[in-house]
Amino acid sequence: MIQGTISRISGPVVIAEGMRGSKMYDVVNVGTLDLPGEIIRLEGDWAVVQVYEDTTGLSIGEPVKNTEQPLSVELGPGLISSIFDGVQRPLPELAKKSGSFISKGISATGLSREREWDFEPAIAEGTQVKGGEILGSVREFHFTHHILVPPGVTGTIKKIRKGRFRVTDTICELDSGTELTMLQRWPVRKGRPYVKKLDPTVPLVTGQRIFDCLFPLTKGGTAMIPGGFGTGKTVSEQTLAKWADAQVIIYIGCGERGNEMTDVLSEFPELVDPRTGLPLIQRTILIANTSNMPVAAREASIYTGITMAEYYRDMGYDVALMADSTSRWGEALREVSGRLEEMPGEEGYPAYLATRLAAFYERAGRVICLGPEGRTGSVTIVGAVSPPGGDFSEPITQNTLRIAGTFWALDTNLAYRRHFPSVNWIKSYSLYLDSVEKWFTEMMAGNWRELRDKTMYLLQKEVELQEIVQLVGPDALPESEKAILEVTRMIREDFLQQSAYSDTDSFCPLDKQFWMLATIISYYEAAEEAMNRGVSLKQISSLPLRAEIARMKEIGEVEQIRQLADRVKAQIGALEVEH
Amino acid sequence: MPPVSLVDREFRTVSYVSGPLIFVERPKGVSFGETARITLPDGEVRNGQVLDVSRELAVVQVFEGTSGVDNKATSVRFTGQSPCIDVSLDMLGRVFSGVGRPRDGRPEIIPEDTVDISGMPINPYARDKPSDFIQTGMSAIDGLNTLVRGQKLPIFSGSGLPANKLAAQIARQARVLGREESFAVVFVAMGITHKEASYFMNEFERTGALERVVFFQNLADDPTIERIATPRCALSVAEFLAYTHHLHVLVILTDMTNYCEALREISTAREEVPGRRGYPGYMYTDLASIYERAGRIKGTTGSITQIPILTMPDDDITHPVPDLTGYITEGQIVLSRDLYRRGADPPIDVLPCLSRLMNLGIGPGKTREDHRNVADQLYASYAYGRDLRRLVAIVGEEALTELDKVYLSFADDFEKKFVTQGSANRSIEETLTIGWELLAKLPEDELKRIKLEYIRKYHPRYRAG
Repeated sequence: MIQGTISRISGPVVIAEGMRGSKMYDVVNVGTLDLPGEIIRLEGDWAVVQVYEDTTGLSIGEPVKNTEQPLSVELGPGLISSIFDGVQRPLPELAKKSGSFISKGISATGLSREREWDFEPAIAEGTQVKGGEILGSVREFHFTHHILVPPGVTGTIKKIRKGRFRVTDTICELDSGTELTMLQRWPVRKGRPYVKKLDPTVPLVTGQRIFDCLFPLTKGGTAMIPGGFGTGKTVSEQTLAKWADAQVIIYIGCGERGNEMTDVLSEFPELVDPRTGLPLIQRTILIANTSNMPVAAREASIYTGITMAEYYRDMGYDVALMADSTSRWGEALREVSGRLEEMPGEEGYPAYLATRLAAFYERAGRVICLGPEGRTGSVTIVGAVSPPGGDFSEPITQNTLRIAGTFWALDTNLAYRRHFPSVNWIKSYSLYLDSVEKWFTEMMAGNWRELRDKTMYLLQKEVELQEIVQLVGPDALPESEKAILEVTRMIREDFLQQSAYSDTDSFCPLDKQFWMLATIISYYEAAEEAMNRGVSLKQISSLPLRAEIARMKEIGEVEQIRQLADRVKAQIGALEVEH
Repeated sequence: MPPVSLVDREFRTVSYVSGPLIFVERPKGVSFGETARITLPDGEVRNGQVLDVSRELAVVQVFEGTSGVDNKATSVRFTGQSPCIDVSLDMLGRVFSGVGRPRDGRPEIIPEDTVDISGMPINPYARDKPSDFIQTGMSAIDGLNTLVRGQKLPIFSGSGLPANKLAAQIARQARVLGREESFAVVFVAMGITHKEASYFMNEFERTGALERVVFFQNLADDPTIERIATPRCALSVAEFLAYTHHLHVLVILTDMTNYCEALREISTAREEVPGRRGYPGYMYTDLASIYERAGRIKGTTGSITQIPILTMPDDDITHPVPDLTGYITEGQIVLSRDLYRRGADPPIDVLPCLSRLMNLGIGPGKTREDHRNVADQLYASYAYGRDLRRLVAIVGEEALTELDKVYLSFADDFEKKFVTQGSANRSIEETLTIGWELLAKLPEDELKRIKLEYIRKYHPRYRAG
């Protein structure tokens, strides 16, 4: 074992001497309390270590022991519905050991060693297996949690056991003598292997109108949500975690508020997944590194999360990972880089920021998993970004923009007027529009894309008209343009606005979304047609339709909205020219 | 913390003094973060803390400043302890310096306990969800940006704006409806003037709250670096009062901008890579270590609610201090110079204000079922009215439609009747009633944010019969 001594301590960074022979990213135990840390630079005899706990109290000369293992997470049954810190220590365990406050030097295993699971083998003895093949499965809540042959392992099964086991018990022996357990370890900084990456073509349905209808995200895609404080990044992330149609949700609170994690913890067991009818917590894994927890563990938390996501992906599930906020992760990189006295890049961030961000987001994707069945699974990443001063020109926003497929730009001005979700429809975009068109056309309606493009056209037109109104007042506009303003106000207020706290509206099914939009657009088309006949805008506006459209959100029955769309057409169409 | 060495670790190897920092050579056995007692040539003793340590050098920040420190006779003794403060219930009604020494001429307290001032992070799993509505008696806060127990809600002020008056009014009026519980106020003054500090003192005295207040004072002419320790000392006392003595503690921190300035001073002296506007890159983490100490813990009855006050330099909300604060705290109350000139009292500009925990503290059984809807509607209508004001400046009022004119006068009334209240203490019922009266002036089908059943139940038109 390589053992050195501490020669310098500066915040979360410790320099150790006598570490020759260590490898980059080896995990080390620092000091007499064995604080976990990771080697992030080697210089001759020295190793620079980032420590995952508060370093107060460490002294020069204390030992540093190299475990010669990379930073790994434990994967196996028992992850779902748990809450971990950034280096996969379960927080309830920490609370048991040190009370309400987290003290230093406590260790706890990621997965419970006591809990037993009913293992059901899926293959017979004597079968030849290789990495990714399903050995058998256990029930984890409503899930079938497949136990896979770890990547890289091959052999013939000599013995496989059925029954109740703990995660560390041997469930299978190979002829080579290798013993397999339900628990696997995987280094967090290395993506888990797969056969092939596929193009994402299936949308991740979120039940949020502006996301699904205007700027869709795909299963296996990436999205970023930048926004100044108070624009609703966290609410958006939580809403996605609640309603996105993925089978597993990984929610990483990275450098954010403690009360928010409490909120998720207390709310998710009570909320019900609209698709399965089960509590949301039964598909969620939480990782919490709140802003007052050690900064180096914040850097690790993102990798811990994505590795767990890949593990469930390999079983053939759709996983969605929410990272709130990647800016705090970037700042953690910057802080450590500053302590290393590295040459700073833009705004003090290290020059390798873009590389790290890209490497993280590229771990998303829809893939064919290892194994003979050709299972497909996906990891979707939604990263919140907190640009200082709400200024999108800063490095994290800009570097993420280059790699994220969907850009949901949150807008402070919309948030000020309580237009939520405060997604700016002019700035935002989705690169997946073309890839999901087929799905929407087949599953929803033939004219989905047409409807969407028409909506975007009107919203763009509104911006231009508003400029004119700012100069000459609304009365100067011709009737047809006033009609556009009336309709875009409907789109904004009666369609795009969606309360995350409303019982009926926080989740809006796709067909309801479609018919809501179709109703508004048919209002516009009917009005346009009527005005061409000579009907005045005032006649159209005085119909009681507008109030009905405004109440669409509260309607639970899609059929009623479909009827409203017909009524809109009929009533406006029946108007006669007044002289 | 390793056991305290019996060998007295006293060094006379100060080699270099820069700003608030001294550099001690060959600091054998010194540990990171421990405190130091620095004895000056004239016998004065000061306190410091180790910021960086290597075999060759320890960097010590001196809380009381480095004037008079030399690099020959000055001796530095390391105590082997992280910075601690003595705490006791008897601290209520007393005044302390920024590092917790009595400043009111009365004797030292008899400690019940000694606690580390940097505290430990609360395990998110052990946190209890804030849910008790605090009635501050201020319509703009209770009605639109509700404060709940365990929240951290800062006031973003500008120089010359009456943030102090607002904070004092909140401290005076804040109560949880329907309960009489023991509370305490921990007041933390960082770099404010003597006049401001005595305003608060008089205010607490006048209302008879003084014996429930712990006062920490680091005034403008006190050592700057002491300010780094002041909020931490104060929050340690607050935690002790909340979690050991089960009090509901309101912590008022003023002015966080001065605190951040002290942080920048140290960072510059250490020649660190500066972040935005020269503030250190770790300022987010540093501020979080203060703000995140608000909250409630499962299984205890006490709580800590924080109201930090900060001055936005040049009224710029994107300045790093308000910006980073806004990213950590659960909302913000923003004061506006514009409204102040228009005569609004308090001059709260509700549009940029926010309370993230509002939904936890309102609704049936807490305030009223229509609260959320009314707040949303007031916001939306006021925002629209404000937009029109800008339009009127260009095209004149005549160019507006009839409906827009109604909105325009709504915005004016909203500022005059809802936001402005002087020293009145309004109950939540009164606040909502005023809100409804204002909304009643708008056509009923404009009230899209309010459920029909609430309109029927609470709209003055239906109420009157």
